[in-house]
Amino acid sequence: MKNVMNIEFSALSQNESFARVTVAAFIAQLDPTMDELTEIKTVVSEAVTNSIIHGYENDSKGVVYISVLIEDGFIDMTIKDKGLGIMDVEEARQPLFTTKPELERSGMGFTIMENFMDEIEIKSQPGIGTEIRLRKHLSNSKMLCN
Amino acid sequence: MSLNINLEVKHDVLCIRLSGELDHHSADELREQATRAIEDHDIHHIILNLEHLSFMDSSGLGVILGRYKQIKQKHGEMVVCAISPVVHRLFDMSGLFKIIRLEPTEENALQRLGVA
Repeated sequence: MKNVMNIEFSALSQNESFARVTVAAFIAQLDPTMDELTEIKTVVSEAVTNSIIHGYENDSKGVVYISVLIEDGFIDMTIKDKGLGIMDVEEARQPLFTTKPELERSGMGFTIMENFMDEIEIKSQPGIGTEIRLRKHLSNSKMLCN
Repeated sequence: MSLNINLEVKHDVLCIRLSGELDHHSADELREQATRAIEDHDIHHIILNLEHLSFMDSSGLGVILGRYKQIKQKHGEMVVCAISPVVHRLFDMSGLFKIIRLEPTEENALQRLGVA
């Protein structure tokens, strides 16, 4: 059975924890392991932080959108902003690459998303915004899917 | 849940004990407090105890790397202890173990730095 959840919230850093806890509460019904739950919370935190810092450059008038679909132990999540967009997506995906070293950004956000999820799709257009789609099968459901 | 920061100075070692969640929102507070302590107390080494840290993301890696660079200029060393498996993976992915030593407990870390 398909089950969908959508939230949108101001691009404020205090909403990073709200976002990851809310998504974790929604996917908890799939009975993920503690590690899987932490992985999902981490990738939500990475994508939302990117939208706030890079997409909206800390302008709280910006809005971050999260949509999560769960079905049979499968998670399909989209995190979107209508911010500045990414000039060069391939460059942004490189480990340790950051456009904001002065803010002590580690440049590991996309690398972590790639490592913790099964699939990642990044759509971005300068001046329009960025949409990150992340998919993952949970371990307790892999028998059914194979 | 926010971040709780406990700082203790032992000789030229700063023990940073974190509990709660370290993300972009809470990283600024940690950066300010740790930077001030390093400057005010002529700190050379840092022990980072993450035993009670329930969450960390790449913003945490950034602030840790920033403090490493700060003490590196003083030819100091950074030791991290009591980290969770997921945080261990974040350190692995970013190559931080090449520059930051890992010890199982704070006691081991203190011995390593000769202040136990």
